[in-house]
Order: sequence, then structure tokens, then C-alpha cells
Amino acid sequence: MDPRRGPLAVPKVRRVGFFTSIEPSPETPRPNRSLSGPAEAITSSSPLSDSPSGQFISPVQIPPSRHHSDNLASRAAPVPVPGPSAFRRQLANDRTLHVGSYNPVDSLLGTSPPSSNGEVSEDSGSLFGFQRSDSAKLSASFPNGGFDMTVAVRAPGESEAKVATASTSDGRKKNVEASGESESVATKPRKEKETRSLKEKTSKAERRAIQEAQRAAKAAAKGEGSKRAGESSRPKPSKPAKQPQPKKEAPQVTSSVSEKRAVSVEKERRMDVPQTQMQYDDKSRVDKAKRRSVVEQTESKNKVELFLHLPQYERGNQLPNLSSNIFTLDTIHHAVYKVGLQHLAGDIAGDNARCIAMLHAFQEAINDYTTPPMKDLTMDLTAKINGYVSFLIECRPLSMSMGNAIRFLKNQIRKLPVDLSEPEAKASLCSEIGRFIDEKILLADKVIVQHAVTKIRDGEVLLTYGFSCVVEMILLYAHEIGRKFRVVIVDSRPNLEGQKLLRRLVTRGLDCTYTHINAVSYIMGEVTRVFLGASSIFSNGTLYSKVGTACVAMVANAFSVPVIVCCEAYKFHERVLLDSICSNELGDPDAIANVPLRNNKKHSKTMDNNKNLQFLNLMYDSTPAEYISMIVTDYGMIPPTSIPVIVREYRREDLLL
Amino acid sequence: NYKRYLYQRVFLERLSYWAFVSAAQTLRPIKPPASHYLVFLFNSVSLSPEYSLSTSSPHRSPPSHSHRKMPDVQSMVLEFVNKLRKRKIEGSQATARCTVELLRSVISHHRVPHANQASALIDAVKAVGAQLVAANPVELAVGNVVRRVLHIIREEDLSLATAAVAGLDLLDASDDDEDVNGKGIGYPGMSAAVVAAAARSTLRPPSLQTLLEGTPESATVPYTSSSGADSESKTADKSSITRKLKHDVIEGVNQLIHEIAGCHEQIAEQAVEHIHQNEVILTLGSSRTVLEFLCAAKEKKRSFRVFVAEGAPRYQGHLLAKELVARGLQTTVITDSAVFAMISRVNMVIIGAHAVMANGGVIGPVGVNMAALAAKKHAVPFVVLAGSHKLCPLYPHNPEVLLNELRSPSELLDFGEFSDCLDFGTGSGSPLLQVVNPTFDYVPPSLVSLFITDTGGHNPSYMYRLIADYYSADDLVM
Repeated sequence: MDPRRGPLAVPKVRRVGFFTSIEPSPETPRPNRSLSGPAEAITSSSPLSDSPSGQFISPVQIPPSRHHSDNLASRAAPVPVPGPSAFRRQLANDRTLHVGSYNPVDSLLGTSPPSSNGEVSEDSGSLFGFQRSDSAKLSASFPNGGFDMTVAVRAPGESEAKVATASTSDGRKKNVEASGESESVATKPRKEKETRSLKEKTSKAERRAIQEAQRAAKAAAKGEGSKRAGESSRPKPSKPAKQPQPKKEAPQVTSSVSEKRAVSVEKERRMDVPQTQMQYDDKSRVDKAKRRSVVEQTESKNKVELFLHLPQYERGNQLPNLSSNIFTLDTIHHAVYKVGLQHLAGDIAGDNARCIAMLHAFQEAINDYTTPPMKDLTMDLTAKINGYVSFLIECRPLSMSMGNAIRFLKNQIRKLPVDLSEPEAKASLCSEIGRFIDEKILLADKVIVQHAVTKIRDGEVLLTYGFSCVVEMILLYAHEIGRKFRVVIVDSRPNLEGQKLLRRLVTRGLDCTYTHINAVSYIMGEVTRVFLGASSIFSNGTLYSKVGTACVAMVANAFSVPVIVCCEAYKFHERVLLDSICSNELGDPDAIANVPLRNNKKHSKTMDNNKNLQFLNLMYDSTPAEYISMIVTDYGMIPPTSIPVIVREYRREDLLL
Repeated sequence: NYKRYLYQRVFLERLSYWAFVSAAQTLRPIKPPASHYLVFLFNSVSLSPEYSLSTSSPHRSPPSHSHRKMPDVQSMVLEFVNKLRKRKIEGSQATARCTVELLRSVISHHRVPHANQASALIDAVKAVGAQLVAANPVELAVGNVVRRVLHIIREEDLSLATAAVAGLDLLDASDDDEDVNGKGIGYPGMSAAVVAAAARSTLRPPSLQTLLEGTPESATVPYTSSSGADSESKTADKSSITRKLKHDVIEGVNQLIHEIAGCHEQIAEQAVEHIHQNEVILTLGSSRTVLEFLCAAKEKKRSFRVFVAEGAPRYQGHLLAKELVARGLQTTVITDSAVFAMISRVNMVIIGAHAVMANGGVIGPVGVNMAALAAKKHAVPFVVLAGSHKLCPLYPHNPEVLLNELRSPSELLDFGEFSDCLDFGTGSGSPLLQVVNPTFDYVPPSLVSLFITDTGGHNPSYMYRLIADYYSADDLVM
């Protein structure tokens, strides 16, 4: 564990680690890798153990290992990673190898026949050379696909050879860099050939590579100013080319540029950080936004002063109006429009559902899109999407996860190769969106279920709050595989989503107890574990979720009950948040005002106009990280302190790739 | 663990009781059918059948002493017991006032024997009190008030006794005026000691003698200390004492009624010391004390805003909010789940207690524990308002104290909607769906910053001493 963790801090080593991801990741196939396993294996194999394997798993493994030392006593033996790898394999059986297609290099290595040891090592060595030239950031993009997907593809037998390969290649790469010009040149054609043979299959991957190349080229161009010519001259010429030739381009940027690139990446990252949310107490901006708006909002008369920075509008009056002009409106695509209305009406609830609905609508909109004459697809489509997004925001403020998905989409558009024909570009975008939904949401949920189920033992009493579809899947799956447990569902007004969950669980035969949030400290005494869903997790570990989650977590903490949060990694966000006031969403205040009290009816009407009485319907709250014992995500089970690691190492690549 | 056990125990007991009540309620046409309740119930009702029997036994077999009372008093008692049992009276203040008024009439109608009037009165009050407490064990105010009345009787008796002793002393002093030098030292010295002992007996736990003989120590004082005084003056004295005792006790009870009625004002007077300009105050549940407290601060020209948690599933927060708005306070109703979210902007949490235990723990409306934890987390003062009738001399680990009460599941779930989820066929297996709807929450003293009672502000750690002033140690076990 230690040898692995130590070097992590050193940036140089990190870079090495990323290569290994492209390198077929020797250990991943090992079905039950224990925490200490890889580290030992490597230390014994070579002194240069800092590297491939250790590094390769680093982002995934750091958290678990740290966690291990953390105080979650209830953690059972299972180590986070074996779960996914085993699971992936099984998954791969059904969805065989489209897996590889996400990642050119993976597919290349994965599908190429296992060559002799020496050959492979040479190959990988040269790969290192290539990849070195690529920026750390870039190559880091692979681990995600590489780790998750390739694992399944590769046969376990192969892995043994690869371990050796990894270590030797690691040893080599130092030389390769300096002198390995010829070597790498030699291997290049071969690789090229191979990739080409895969071309038909990997058209998507190819496109990916193209984008990557462009990005690299752009970055390199930026970096050029600093005259870091680079040790290897080879990559240089191709930089300005900006060609759609993935095989050549992918490995192109020299390592020398990488520092520079780091800077430029930083810049880009800064650019990527979403602008701060619109503050609704800023008069001028609100007015500006209003002029553009499609949805006519009337501001609510009785605003809560503390939340003036959030939109406070009257509800329910704009819906008929909007639905009537669905066919007359031409600025907004009808699919998007429909989703917007659904959001407005609250027909779609749940972050994942909202996000998927939005992405599907975008898919449809992109399919129907034609570039106007004299306009650039990239620019115009981005503008269009921006229009859609602002419409959606008017309907209902976006959740963090939707924001992430939109950033992903925009990045995809920005990375579109210029010479791609319009239908191709559209197809590419649509498939990328589809991939995002499949991989980041649906598949991620499955992985989370696999992980979380290991935390449910017989005889436990699990508490959950509100309705989270991941938690529901976990509970149902655990029930399916025969675990005996009881579920306590805590619910709160005004949505009473818990009743939906209750109904689904009870009809499936789970033993349920239903109560309201006030009684949570009453019931907590008998609970052994708390499972919570999330809307987003910020990089300071703050859990941003349905209002009331913080209360439940706090009470659980007071009763020393472990709190397990289930959240897909695409919901992680690099913002930080300390309280629930600064960033939130306000629901319909009337939902609070309408109470099933017998003698309340006439009174509330007269009260409506009273200036002193306000109803505040907060939608979210933020739970401090200290209340969270563990976060189950598609990268494994991690403590909240590891969120920034995941955000940094994985999320970004997904978005940019 | 013990606490958990307690909770569970209490829970079971309440449940069985509740099953009893709901079964009784089904007789009335307005209520949903019995199956409604019974299906939702935990399957553990059968565990404590004897409890439900014991709960109802005082009602079934009226105590033997009742023939001594006038019939109208007895019927009043029964009526009140029924009200308590059906939870018709809500709020500890109303209950306390009703109880003390009932006890007053019990006392005034009680025919006092010549000898040992105090103990006779105490017995009568205790008997009625036991019935009342059994009728609604969760309403601790009933027990508190009964104990207060008992304490008043003892106090009055004691003061009469000391007065008698003082009279004797005077007598003695006048008698022995001539030989002051001789034995004058003996008598006053002794009587002073008796008085001191009698005074101490209010705070001191009951002596072995009183426990064994069952007679109040103070009652015996006059006889032991009488040293050969003339008997005719004694009897005249006694008859006046008899009348005086009852009169004094009723006077004392009246004072108690007055105190209970006026505790709001007493507490509200202190509001200005605690609420300042532009503060944000969070409250939950519906408490008249809190209402008066906030309004008093408002009347003193303090402007502040109030967040009220709505208090699902009873929504008492809405009632409170309406009253606050009617009095011109700026009020925001929030959901209970938003308590943690809002607490970071709150300057003070003020709640009204249902009961305050001797250790400084608070029983309050459900959800209070959550608010207290959140307040602790954000270092927000958690202030509990409690009239003196809410101070309970018992400790929460005391098995007598039923900490909680479960209400109808229909407040949470619409039975019609969920009937299809339930398996009615097998009566054997445990029901899949259970609904928990507790009424109260317990807040440990460590989470409470301050108690404000009608005698001023106090620390949780001081409550036991404050409580000792109000109750006699003899009455803790009724």
C-alpha cells in the first residue's frame, strides 16, 4: 500500500501511471485483487515499483486504501476494485466489446493477438514513448475506459505476461525517451496498421482520437510560444496539421510540452468551470435574462428575503400558456420544449431521470438539426444548445448533474473535427450522448449496486430517505440475492417521494417501516445502516441532496450509524459548498402552504396575502462531509475526502475526451 | 443501550395502549374501520397484554375511598379520566389547569376527619391522582400537578404545625417567665430544634420513621412537644387547625392555579433579555408559551423574524405561524426537513417543552431532537421554555415515565392507497408494512443551552434543584 501511495504525490510518477492505463493494465484482470496485492507483486518484480500498476490503479485505489485506514469499522473485507473488475467482465459478456471501441489504444491492444513477451514489451515501451509525448492529462483520459472496460476484454492469462511487460517497459521507458526514437518509429507503422485494420469497428474511437489529436495540437500550439521544442522532433510536424488521422496524431505531443500543457490545461479548466450561478438579486442580469426568456415568469409577491439570490416565481400559471404554443415556437426544438415543460410541471423527478430526459431531447434536437448556410456547425450548434439550456433553466433550475452533462455535450461539440461532414458529426454527437447515458448513468448504477450490496448483511435494518433510484436498485437487488433485512423509509413533505419507494418495495415483498423525518431520531436507534442518494457531491465532500438528507445523516451520526451515500461519479462537481443557503433551489411555496388540516382551508386563503407570512420550500440541502462514512460510486467505495481526486483524475477526462 | 431499551419498551407499551384506544374508537362511526389500525400495527402488540389491563384497571374498579366523596366529585373525576384517556385535552397547560381545578374540588368536598387531616387529604388526592396519571401516563403535567398539590398540603400542614409549636413556645415562655435563669434554656432550645427539623423535612427525603408508620412526621409534632399543657385549650386549638388546614390548602391550590395560568406572562417578561434586534429565531411545534414569548419581544419593539418548522404530520407549526402572523411577526414556514439547512442562519432555537425531566432532559414535540442536534452542530443556543407545571421530578430512565406515544398511521399514509400492498390473508406472518408515528422526542440535557421558566433562566444541570423546591420527596412514587 505504501509504496503505491508514496510516489503518488510526485507528478513525474503520475505521468508514468497514466501510460500504464493505455498499457493493458496488468493487474486489472485479476479477479480478486486485494489491497496490498498489486503493490507487493510489483515491488518484488522490479525496484521501479512506483509505477505502472500502482499508478494505474491509483485514482481508484487511493481512496479505498485510505478509506481502509479510515474508521469505517463496519467495512468488511471486500476491496472495492475486485467488484468492478469481476463485474465488468460479466458485463462484457453481454455487451462484448463495444467496450474497446471507446478507446482506440485499448481496442488495439486488446484485440491484437498476444505477441511474444519481448515484442509486447517493446511495443509498450514505444507506446510509452509516444504517450509520453502526449500530455499527462491526455493520456490520463484512458484509464477510465481503459480500466473499466479493458479489464473485461483481456484474458487473465495474458495478464501475467503483461505484468512482466509493465515492469520491464517501465524500466525501459527512461531510455526509450532519450534514445528510443528509432524503436518507436519502427513500431509506429505496425501500430498504425493494426489500428487501421480496426478502423471500421472503431469509427467512434477514431473520432475520439481525432478530437484528442486536435486538442493536443491546440494545446501544443499554445505551448509553442514557450519554445519547448521537445526532445523528440517527430511530433512537431504533425502538430499544425490538425489532421483527422488518429493513429498518427494520438501519440504526438512530446513530453516536453507536457508542463506547458499542464498550464494550458489549467487555463482550459478555468474556462470549463461553469460560470457562477446567476444571482437573482442582481437586478441588471435578471432583467437581461428576462428579455430573452421564453417562459413568462411572474415573480412571487412574497419572497423570502434570505433567498433573494434564487429565482422565486409564481408556479403553475405559465404551464397552459406554454403548452399551447408548443407548435408555434420555432426557437426551441419540440423535444427540448417537451422536456422543459415536464420539468416545469414536475413530471420528471429524480436527477438521473431528468438528466436522461434532457440528453435524449438533445439527441433528438441534434438529429433534426441542420446547419444554416454560411454558418459553422460547431458554433451554431453550441449556440442552439445554449438556447435550449437557458430555456430549461427557466423551466426549472438545472441540477448539478445536468450541468455536468451539458458541459460534456458542449465539449463534444467543441471537439468535433472540422472536416467531419454534418451527418457524421451529428451521428457522432448522438452516439456520444448515448454513450454518456449508458456508461455514466446506467452502467454506473449497476456497478454501484454491486458495490453497495456487499455492505448489506443479514439481519440489518437499513434506513433510507426519500426516493433514490440507486438505493431502490440496491435494496431490490439485495433482496433478490436473498439477504434478509428490514428497510426503514423516512419521508418528508411536501413531495412524499418515500411513498413511491415504499410501494415498490412492499410489492416486491420487502419488510418496510415507514415514518416521517421528524421521527428519525426515534427510529434511528434500531437502524444499523443508512443509505442515501445524492444529487451531487462537491469536491469538499459536501453532499448536495434532497432537503432533509442532512438531518438524517446528522441523526445517524449522533447515533453512530454509518451513512453510505450512493452517487454516480458524473454527479461529482468541482465546486465547493459550505451551507445550504448559497446554492439551492426553491420549490413551490404553495406545496407547503396546503396542509391536510381539517379547519385550515379558509384560513390559508386569507393568509396568502399577508406580507408577513412566507412559505419556504427548499429543495436541497448540503450535508457536511463529516457525517458521511462512505460514498459508493462507480469507481469504488471511497471516503468523501476522495471526491476531489475522482473529480480531478476522471471526470475531467470524460468531459474532454 | 439502556435508552434504546427504554424507547422500545415505552414504544411497546404505548402501542398496546394505543391498540386499546383505537379499538375503543372504532365504536364511533366517524373513525375508519378497526382493521385500518390493526393491520398497520407492529406485530408485537401481544407482548404486553397485562399492561393494557393494568392501564384500564383503575377505571374499571373505582377505588374504595370514593364513597366518602360527594357523587358529583366522583363523576367529575371519571369524566376527566375519560377525557384524558381519549386524549381530548391537548397541551400540558390545559391539562394541568384542569387537573388542579379538579383536585381543588376534590379537596373542598372531602370530609376531613378530626385526627390526621393532612394524611387523609393526601390519601384522597393521591387516589384521584393515581387514576388521572394512569389515564394518560404520557401527559406528565398531570402527575406534576398532583404532586404539587400534595406538596402544598404537606407544606400547609407543616406551617400550621410550626405555628402551633411557636404558639406553645410563646405559651411556655410566658409560663416560665419568672425562672428564666433556671430551665428557660431547655424549652426554647428544644422547640427551636423541632422547628428546624420540621423545616428541613420539606427538602429531606422521608425519614425511616415516616416510611414505617405511614404518618407524616409533622403531624405528630404537636403531640410530642406538648409538655403537660392544659388539654381544653388544646382541643379548641385543634378544631381551628382543622378548618384552617383545609382553607390553607385550598388557598395554596388557588395560588397554583393562578401560577399555571400566569406562567406565560412570567416567561414572556423575560423575552426582551433574550431576543434582540434582527435576530432569526427557529421554533417548532405549537406552544402557547413560545407564542407569548415571541410576541412579548415584538411588543417591546424588537423586530426579528421567525422560522417555524411545520411539524408534520400534525402541522402544528402552521397554527403557530398563523397566530404569529396575526400578531404581526415576520414568519416563514419551512418544512421539517429544512431545519438543518436553515439552522446556519438562525440565531436561536426556542421551543416549548412538553415536560422537563429532573436531569434537565426535555420531552418536546417530535422533531425536537433533530433541531437540537443541528443547533448543537452550529453552536446555536437551544432555549427551552417551560412553565413550572412542566417540571417533572422524575428521571427519564425511570420506568414509570412513558416517554412517547404513537399516533395513528393514517396521519402518514392513506390507508386506501396502500391497502393493495398489504397481505390481509395470512394473519400469521408479520405485516410487511409498519408505520411509526411518534408524538414526542427526547432531548438530552447536553443539547439544551438554557431553560426559561417562570422563575427565570436556568441551566439544565440546575433543574433537579429547582424541581426539589416544588415537590416533596415523599410523593415521587405515587
